[in-house]
Amino acid sequence: MNVEVESLESFRERASAFIRANLRPVTKRTVSSALRANHRDEEELAEVAREREVQRMLFDAGLAGICVPCPYGGQGLTPAHQRVLNAEMRGYEYPTRAQVPTFTPCLAVLLEFGTEEQRRRHVPAILKGEELWMQFLSEPSCGSDVAGALTSAVRDGNEWVLNGSKVWTTGAWWSDWALCLARTDWDVSKHSGLTVFMFPIKSPGIEVQRVEMLNGSKEFCQEYLSDLRVPDSQRIGEVNKGWTVGSRWMFHERMGQNSSLVTMPEGTIRAGGAGATMHAIARAAGKLSDPRACELIGEAQMLQLVGEALRRRVGQGIATRTMSDQSSAIARLFLGLAETRRATIAFELAGSAGATWIDSDGELAEWGIDFLMRQAMCIGGGTTEMAANVISERVLGMPRELTPDRDLPFREVPRSRSKPG
Amino acid sequence: MLLELSSEQELLRETTARFLDANAQVAELRRLRDDPRGFASDYWRRGAELGWTSLLVSEDDGGVSSSSSGLVELTLVAYEFGRHAAPGPLVSTNVVAGALSAAGAHKELIAGLLNGTSIGTWCVSEAPPNDGLGNMVFDIAVHDDELVLNGVKRPVESANEASHLLVTGRTAEGLTQVIIPAATKGVSLIPMRGVDLTKRFSVVRFDDVRVPAACLVGRVGEAADDVERQLQHALVVLNAEALGAMQRAFDMTVEWAFDRYSFGRPLASYQALKHRFAHMATWLQASHAIGDEAARAVAERRPEAALLVSAAKAYIGEYGAELLQECVQLHGGIGVTFEHDLHLFLRRLTLARVLHGTPDAHRRRLADLVARKEVAS
Repeated sequence: MNVEVESLESFRERASAFIRANLRPVTKRTVSSALRANHRDEEELAEVAREREVQRMLFDAGLAGICVPCPYGGQGLTPAHQRVLNAEMRGYEYPTRAQVPTFTPCLAVLLEFGTEEQRRRHVPAILKGEELWMQFLSEPSCGSDVAGALTSAVRDGNEWVLNGSKVWTTGAWWSDWALCLARTDWDVSKHSGLTVFMFPIKSPGIEVQRVEMLNGSKEFCQEYLSDLRVPDSQRIGEVNKGWTVGSRWMFHERMGQNSSLVTMPEGTIRAGGAGATMHAIARAAGKLSDPRACELIGEAQMLQLVGEALRRRVGQGIATRTMSDQSSAIARLFLGLAETRRATIAFELAGSAGATWIDSDGELAEWGIDFLMRQAMCIGGGTTEMAANVISERVLGMPRELTPDRDLPFREVPRSRSKPG
Repeated sequence: MLLELSSEQELLRETTARFLDANAQVAELRRLRDDPRGFASDYWRRGAELGWTSLLVSEDDGGVSSSSSGLVELTLVAYEFGRHAAPGPLVSTNVVAGALSAAGAHKELIAGLLNGTSIGTWCVSEAPPNDGLGNMVFDIAVHDDELVLNGVKRPVESANEASHLLVTGRTAEGLTQVIIPAATKGVSLIPMRGVDLTKRFSVVRFDDVRVPAACLVGRVGEAADDVERQLQHALVVLNAEALGAMQRAFDMTVEWAFDRYSFGRPLASYQALKHRFAHMATWLQASHAIGDEAARAVAERRPEAALLVSAAKAYIGEYGAELLQECVQLHGGIGVTFEHDLHLFLRRLTLARVLHGTPDAHRRRLADLVARKEVAS
């Protein structure tokens, strides 16, 4: 069956008309990609509520889930349509928090591994802004080594009983559903005993605690699962085949904003207009005629433009299969290093007022706080070291690192200096 | 290089690649090391027949550039030039051909550039301290129906082989350009030594060089936009050539890492080295990405073209040269010998790093462009 796809022009007109009539223009410029502790909880909840509302408006206008198949409430269109939407949304509000991790990796994993029933229940709810999802993936005992999960799931009739702890979930305190990797067999090797589940976050048996970062931000959470009961119908993929799901999950996570499931208005990339921001800092510091400062402004601008170009190239390469799926690690490595460099440049330009400021310091203030948090950009979403492993091993085909845990029953895997197996 | 080529683009790339496989072999490059010309005129003429000099010339003038895609196609030729470290003034001749075609004059000379019987080069850069972007002091005086040129340009690519020089200088009114025969009275060359095996550069002196007004390219004092356009063309082509050399050196070094064993295992199995390869692969993809994006923006005359092309030059100039040095380091001692081929590509990047503005110069240009945008908004 050959159904005619809506032309890009007609789509553009439709999107543009809706956006201009219904969405609020955004004037506030995002100045930093680092987490900042500049939100009160009430403000954050109000923003979440507005984003759900906007997501619902997009759904009603036929503009949600551009690349999601129609039977699940999506538009069944192409990545080119998504790019048109991104272009048309430049300068307007959009549901930031619904994108990552809800649309990718969570929605992407559901589409790929969910049963028909699971997809029909959750995908439309996500597209309507009714369900915001989180990843219950990392654990306190394992960061990059996610397949080393210790959270256990034990079968009890038609249910599973989960115990353990997950961490680094952004905004779990205002989210609805979780995708969770858990261990279902301890007597087989590490990757062979995992299973993926989904469940509502506000369930008895889940305690959400907020993690305070060194700069005061409390966006991240840690969850404690105590005898959490999950029906078998909320299992995703086969029992003990969780790593099959997990590898694709990780891929969709690395795709992040390159994913065609994600809406990201042009020009609002994190730290949008790095050069302009650095220019403003340098101007406030009276350094615009200092050639060294100009070189730093230029370097920040260069890194931003190169990063955007690389992100587009990798996204396009993966979509058209001219690059391997694993190439998303290239964008990840670049952006981690580029953003840490930009944080350093901003701090350098701001001078001492970046570290010690008064209210009237304006553009100069607070850059030292971003500097304190600088490495978060090379840690969150998989460290840059992991990305370097993926690039060398999966993209360039170099020999894998020694993994003494691969062939042991997981129970016997050394886990710490005090528990050497 | 572009991720996906159309069949015509692939044909163009492939034709150039095959020609260079046969005519720019490493043994030939080594032989040309002591050749004062750097390439044979027959080589250039046959290359021109493949279309090397036609891509910035309009169809009316006998070129193939009917649309904005000529420049993008030229990057494919340049990429193969880089992959082969090929001889020949690809950047300079194309800039001249494009400038003349855009000005809509000098059609006979364009025909010669197209068939490779004439070579044009661009006299734009000047000696320190006027070697920064836009620091030009070269003097062009207008006397009735004559123009008088005084000053020094360096480095000028293939000036020894060029039949014509496109000279950019200043009159009282502003930037002005002329195209003159290289043999004009008062023009003298000093051959320069340099890092590349086959690319030749000269210092070109102009002592009271008098030429008729018919030599003007565009109008007196109104060349600023054309000069900017030429600079953007030069940068796009230079970047593409640098990318070809980077890709070739990187591929060679990855091969080496699998072939070479130390302490009983391949270099490619050491995590310390694998991570360096991962960083190099990232620099390389980032360079491809920004190079292609800048090429498209310049081709389509988009407002952000200047920003993108300077970002590309600053990035490729810096990280491309670093990538080559990493390739040398990962080869060990053999990497700094004349016998090994790696230096052919290192030389290209070393040159590309500084021509038409160093990475520092382009970072400052980016800051200027940002400042102008800020003032405008």
